[in-house]
Amino acid sequence: MHESREHLQTLTEIRSLMERSSKFLSLSGLSGVSAGLVALAGASIVYTRFRWQTLLPAPYGDRITSQLPGNDRTFLIGVAVVVLALALLSGVYFTIRKAHRQGQSVWNNSSRQLLRSMAGPLLTGGIFCLALLSYNLIWLTLPATLIFYGLALVSGSRHTLRNVESLGYCEIGLGLLTLFWPGYSLLAWAVGFGLLHILYGLAMYYKYERSTE
Amino acid sequence: MNQLLTNFNKAFESKARLSLMSVLMVNDSLSFNAFKELLGLTDGNLATHLRALEEAGFVSVQKQFVGRKPNTTYTATDAGRQAFTEHLNALEEFIKGI
Repeated sequence: MHESREHLQTLTEIRSLMERSSKFLSLSGLSGVSAGLVALAGASIVYTRFRWQTLLPAPYGDRITSQLPGNDRTFLIGVAVVVLALALLSGVYFTIRKAHRQGQSVWNNSSRQLLRSMAGPLLTGGIFCLALLSYNLIWLTLPATLIFYGLALVSGSRHTLRNVESLGYCEIGLGLLTLFWPGYSLLAWAVGFGLLHILYGLAMYYKYERSTE
Repeated sequence: MNQLLTNFNKAFESKARLSLMSVLMVNDSLSFNAFKELLGLTDGNLATHLRALEEAGFVSVQKQFVGRKPNTTYTATDAGRQAFTEHLNALEEFIKGI
């Protein structure tokens, strides 16, 4: 009896080794929540300045596609850069914290694989969006960020918590849908990067982490 | 009983080797340091187990330099994958027979 329990223990350990070596499981739900909050804050700042241009259903090709004054574009890009930096910083912080609590390193084989698999879609999307921005196609840029980010999540989900895949498909679906309702692009962006991250993060936090806090 | 046990592979007898091989089944390749971190074995202990698997032809070793530091990575060979799968099948049969 005692021996069989020992063997069972060995099997459990090996299974955990296989999972840990190929998947980055230290991704914290709180990272999602913090990134979501930052995105919501960014979206509301943009909304206070552009509400009539980007949030309301506008006729196609009207104000939303017209030339943005240079300082408006600088403002938009500035907000985007700050949001991206803050979201990354806070996300990385909570993930490092979780990894330390689990006694694992953050920079290991599985986190490198995760980053590598996300890099392709993210870099492609980044350059694609820069090109759209250079043509002032703000209403297209917002759903494009959702779509490429979603693709990156789907591609990265092989190397982390499997649930990331469904979050990815939600982002892609939302982005594609928004292509047909361009007037709602800012709202969709806020839902995709803000609300979905917060909901997903909370779900993951309660499912995997709360018990170990 | 004896017939079942013939498919058990001596090379995978210890828990450490079973673990090493399991990890290599789900990763394309892994460095010595990654193994060390994962399994928490000492350098000497880990090297011995890896060498045993290498000598059995189940693991191939690639040595290269990253900058000036030597970096050794390990990959499961086709023979290793097959032998490990057969070993697992034998274990499964054995457990079913109990």
